[in-house]
Amino acid sequence: MTKQQIPYRVLIGKPGLDGHDRGAKFIARALRDEGFEVIYTGIRRTAAEIAATAIQEDVDVVGLSSLSGAHLRLFPEVVNELKARGGADIPVLGGGVIPDEDIEILLREGLNAIFTPGTPADVIIQSFTKASQQHRDHDFQR
Amino acid sequence: MISKGEELLTGLKEQDPRAIGRAISAVENNGDVAADLLAALDQDLIDKVLVLGITGPPGAGKSTLTAGMIKTIREQGQRVGIIAVDPSSPISGGAILGDRIRMMDHALDPDVVVRSMATRGRLGGLCSSAGAAVRIMAASGCEVIIIETVGVGQSEMDIVRLADITLMVLAPGFGDDIQAMKAGILEVADFLVVNKSDQPGAEALCMDMEQIFSAKVEESGITRVLQTIASENRGIDTLLATVHRFAEHLDTHGIKAQRRSQALDAETLDWILEILRPRFILAMKDNPKQTDPRIRAQELINTIHNPHNITP
Repeated sequence: MTKQQIPYRVLIGKPGLDGHDRGAKFIARALRDEGFEVIYTGIRRTAAEIAATAIQEDVDVVGLSSLSGAHLRLFPEVVNELKARGGADIPVLGGGVIPDEDIEILLREGLNAIFTPGTPADVIIQSFTKASQQHRDHDFQR
Repeated sequence: MISKGEELLTGLKEQDPRAIGRAISAVENNGDVAADLLAALDQDLIDKVLVLGITGPPGAGKSTLTAGMIKTIREQGQRVGIIAVDPSSPISGGAILGDRIRMMDHALDPDVVVRSMATRGRLGGLCSSAGAAVRIMAASGCEVIIIETVGVGQSEMDIVRLADITLMVLAPGFGDDIQAMKAGILEVADFLVVNKSDQPGAEALCMDMEQIFSAKVEESGITRVLQTIASENRGIDTLLATVHRFAEHLDTHGIKAQRRSQALDAETLDWILEILRPRFILAMKDNPKQTDPRIRAQELINTIHNPHNITP
């Protein structure tokens, strides 16, 4: 079996208190249709819960969605929780209603990519694919 | 330098979540370290673990019941593993694995080890990965392992056969679906759990099932039809106590060992097919012919057995 035939595993999580999960579910379905195995955690999870789940499930990439405005706190928290659990190599991508000026901050804080309501779906999928592939390559070198 | 396999093994013994996750991926993807890793697992722990299979139609409450069982097992101080199986899409090969949603309350408990697995559309192939996942979880100290899967389709039923004890979850109001399943229930399930037992129709369903199971009860004297309201955590203590009594019955009568050995045979067959598949795919490409597939299959098997085409 070549590594391309092995589906990428992705966790889609919604940290924080907002219950608007349409975006998260849309991305989950789109990724499934691209051949990803998508683990969905449901709404209102803490950063620690999302990170612990990602480690247990051995995912290639984590996708976060936040529409509450708390992304500046929540997204880096997930990155740090992953680091604390030995998962610094797992890329974290985030999406939601995120102002331009916050995007740069989040990327500096270790997020792999940030999407906003204007980002086309195929761009999002491509980012997930690229991040997963990089993670797998890194894994194979280990 | 220590190899990746040794690193994972050490991690398993230390119950490191990262190592457990990676070890399961290694066997699921049939990676280089899979064989060495599996050979080195602690057999005593594997022999001791109790493997429960939970199946039933969608909506009967499998995930909620599993979550309730996790809670009770943890209250009793045992370390528990969960393998949640969902089907892969036959079109894209992807899957949405959503069973975790109901288990998230235990996300930060290091003694609740959860792994979501997709069927990946392989013929029986999942059986081998799930079996290996069971052994990896056992080697990391899990004392009870629950395999949860939707009870429709052959591959799901095969997975359930990996379990020492199988629980079929039903709920009132499924009507004809249950009628259609009746015939198969006895073959597959040791216990029938009537969930949502406070809803209308539960009593009739219980009576119906008790009648079906009456032949089985005779063997052990243990009740085989149990009621739960998983969403309120009711009936789960009794359910687990009964399951543990039944596990003892299986153990003392040698039935557990017998079931394990059958499951290992089935898994071995899966691995044979899994290992041969790529070779035959190559052989088909090398030898494109339009003969009848049955005949071509035999020819290809002969070619692989006898690569230099020497006629015996």
